[in-house]
Amino acid sequence: MLKDGRVFVIPCSGIGKALGTVGRAAMYEVVEKLRPNEATTICLPLLTIGDEAVLKLARNNPCISVDGCPFQCARKNIEASKGKLVASFMVTDVLRENKDLKPKAVTELDPKGLKLASILAEKLATQIDEINNNNR
Amino acid sequence: MAIVKDKVGVVSCSGEDLPEGTISRIATRIVLEKLRPNDTVTICLPLFLAGSEDERAFARVFPTIAIDGCDKRCAEVGTKKYSGKPVATIVVSEIMQKYPYLKAKSRGKLSAKEKELALKVAEEIAAKVDEVLERKKRGDSN
Ligand code: SF4
Ligand code: SF4
Repeated sequence: MLKDGRVFVIPCSGIGKALGTVGRAAMYEVVEKLRPNEATTICLPLLTIGDEAVLKLARNNPCISVDGCPFQCARKNIEASKGKLVASFMVTDVLRENKDLKPKAVTELDPKGLKLASILAEKLATQIDEINNNNR
Repeated sequence: MAIVKDKVGVVSCSGEDLPEGTISRIATRIVLEKLRPNDTVTICLPLFLAGSEDERAFARVFPTIAIDGCDKRCAEVGTKKYSGKPVATIVVSEIMQKYPYLKAKSRGKLSAKEKELALKVAEEIAAKVDEVLERKKRGDSN
């Protein structure tokens, strides 16, 4: 299958909070720009509903969760699906390190939100490199 | 006693992997923020599994419309599985068939045409919200 053999970056995409949008934007930056050949994503809700094909992908490939708040929905959904969770990120942790970058809008990120997403994307890319180096 | 105004729940799949999932997410936000801000509430879909009984009560408290990107219908199936049966489902890929000139290609930042599509979907959601509220006012259970 096309997606097999890559690292899965799975954000919560929380719709109620701007930090959910930051996680989603960071994921796109990684899978479309920073590490397009090494990383990919899946629709998290397919794990929530127990879609067999996606469960298999999450169990056979390293997964990184990216969550918008301490509920950690992406992490918990991957764990509940018995996915191969190798790392977990929380946007709130990155915000704590960059207090001046608090985003406001949920729908379309403001410049602060975009900057925060880029910082998180760099961290995700570094994590993906580490995972791939360890698997060599 | 606090007066609680009738509200309709809108739960978007927000699917990350498909452009239609992004349209479902943006359309839902347009409804929540601009078209029907006083009539709608939302919840993060994956919270049904990750959260507590309080979160899982959502669709039993609010008549809920599921907004899905494609015919996998994750919001509908997930809401039904963990919370309660949605009163309606809107599927972006079905609405897109009505507007063949509006294609969904991006998963991240939307183009002008994709924004137009998101607005069309949002208008359909808003019409459905009105219908649900009207039914509620008339005292229909479904
Ligand atoms: S972790 Fe869960 S509750 Fe928090 S923003 Fe993400 S989806 Fe929403
Ligand atoms: S309904 Fe389709 S687009 Fe939405 S999360 Fe499920 S698979 Fe993804």
